[in-house]
Amino acid sequence: MRKISYNQATAEALQEEFRKNEKLVHMAEDIPQDLYDEFGAERIRMTPISESAFVGAAIGVAGSGFRAVADVRMATFAFCAFDQFVNQAAKITYMFGGQAKFPILYRQRNGLGVSAAAQHSVNPYSMYMNVAGLKIIIPATPYDAKGLLKTALRDNNPVISFEHMKLGEVEGEVPEKEYTIPFGKAAVMRKGKDITVVAISYMVYEALAAAEEVKKLGISVEVIDPRTLVPMDKETIRNSVVKTGRLVVVDEACQTCSAAAEILSVVVEDADTFKSLKAPTKRVCGLDVPVPFSAPMEKYAIPDTDRIVEAIKEVVSYKG
Amino acid sequence: MQIKKDEMLKLYRTMLTIRRFEERVSKEYAQGNILGYVHVYIGQEAVATGVCNNLKISDRIVSSHRGHGHSIAKGADIKRMMAEIYGKKTGYCKGKGGSMHIADFKVGMLGANGIVGAGMPIAVGAGLAAQLEKKGGVAAVFFGDGASQEGEFHESMSLASIWKLPLMFVCENNLYASSTPAKYALPIQDIYKKAESYGMPGVVVDGNDVVAVNETARELVERMRKGGGPVLLECKTYRWHTHFEMTTFPDPRPKEELDSWIARCPIVKMEKRLKAEGIATKKDLNEINTSILEKIDEAVKYAEESPFPAPEDALEDVYSS
Repeated sequence: MRKISYNQATAEALQEEFRKNEKLVHMAEDIPQDLYDEFGAERIRMTPISESAFVGAAIGVAGSGFRAVADVRMATFAFCAFDQFVNQAAKITYMFGGQAKFPILYRQRNGLGVSAAAQHSVNPYSMYMNVAGLKIIIPATPYDAKGLLKTALRDNNPVISFEHMKLGEVEGEVPEKEYTIPFGKAAVMRKGKDITVVAISYMVYEALAAAEEVKKLGISVEVIDPRTLVPMDKETIRNSVVKTGRLVVVDEACQTCSAAAEILSVVVEDADTFKSLKAPTKRVCGLDVPVPFSAPMEKYAIPDTDRIVEAIKEVVSYKG
Repeated sequence: MQIKKDEMLKLYRTMLTIRRFEERVSKEYAQGNILGYVHVYIGQEAVATGVCNNLKISDRIVSSHRGHGHSIAKGADIKRMMAEIYGKKTGYCKGKGGSMHIADFKVGMLGANGIVGAGMPIAVGAGLAAQLEKKGGVAAVFFGDGASQEGEFHESMSLASIWKLPLMFVCENNLYASSTPAKYALPIQDIYKKAESYGMPGVVVDGNDVVAVNETARELVERMRKGGGPVLLECKTYRWHTHFEMTTFPDPRPKEELDSWIARCPIVKMEKRLKAEGIATKKDLNEINTSILEKIDEAVKYAEESPFPAPEDALEDVYSS
């Protein structure tokens, strides 16, 4: 199968859907040149640095019979438009009693580890998970990125796509043939029997590296990528934990009230899954600090393969 | 242009419907029959009426927290409005929105909004939709002097202007943002002058004169339909009630000021005009009033008799299918 980059995969998803659906409109501060060249200035709108205005405009145009993509680029800029995300986009379908549809794809680049310092290093997806009414996708591979974005571009609700800054040039297999990936279906990235590692976004790659590392010690790791946080595939996660009896969750975001915390709840609230646990669960998350700039400090603040390996060893060696 | 007699009567009827609707809402709220935060439009009826009179059903508006008047003027059904305000299943939002979130997408009313200024970006999207549809449609957004102090005012005026959207920014300057006086909070008192900074026309009108609002709005809407881009219309007006229907809410407004604005009641002004121009007699006006009161009674009865939603209906409509 051909290999393309994550960025190429997302670009293809948009291009294909823009060709199919004349009602699609794109708004962003930095225009995607290929889309602009093909579809023109009317549908591919360049915006000023006015996040509230175009995040909100996406709602208005979507509620008027169109379909919008609003790309805020870095996730941190979305905070400038937070009211439009949490009070408007998330609630508008519900508080108007479902009388209109708001098909919107919001794209945000999340992630740490690019020497971008505190303000440009954010993983705010759990904040949005705490707001009812949004769907949240967080693809880690080029294949998932294309398939999930295409689904998002056909969904009739506001969807936020979190795309890690370090993933853009990552290559992976993506078929030429058209496909979509349904929301709420986790991907089993590696099969194993001793311990389940659920990892999100870029951490999927760190978790896979850790799994390879502990294989040398005879530990068999199952790695699961939820791919979408809302809705979340509880069943696949629970089934895996029932099988392995052990769980580590890896999330680059700050630990407190993280997506990792939600995943743990999904596991311990289910009686059958809870009964199968052979050891306390463990989280490997970003430290609860604003991300520091200087490289040694930044590296220390972010989960990595070594830290995941340590967590796996700790959970597996638990004797009760 | 002198408008026709039936149009004059239509303007009067719409204003009076809003007034009687709001008086009843206020009364029912005071008696505990309506819960929550309710912001009535009494005193400002000429603005919604004069602007919406120039809009077609396919044109779209976005409203503020003080939105009942905009809904009525755009053609919403007062029965379903009242039912929504009562939290009933038959309301526009099935009881999920209440007073601050009434919407009727079928008549182009894209919703009231409980966050000051937040409707403006959404209206930019409605303006964009009108532009993309290429049918000469327009959009309008209603907001107060307080919202002109929000960052979204700046962002939305700017974006609407560079995209030349057919969007009318209608500022209802009622001189108070909640309890904060515009005299204190606005560096310049004439909000319409800000339009120049965004490269669009800014026009001011007496917001208590429905004929003036109607004629000014007509010119501006025609300009927008021809591709002239956005406009800012400031309507100087006043709300008679406190910020919202809660008697304990602070109201720093001097009594003489309120009285002077009550003396400039937009409805009384129109009644005088209708009589002076021989369009309606006192008897005609009484008949209009009686028929409106009957409709309001029917709306309240409808709301009272409608069932509440089932508790578990709370789980529906989080997402569209």
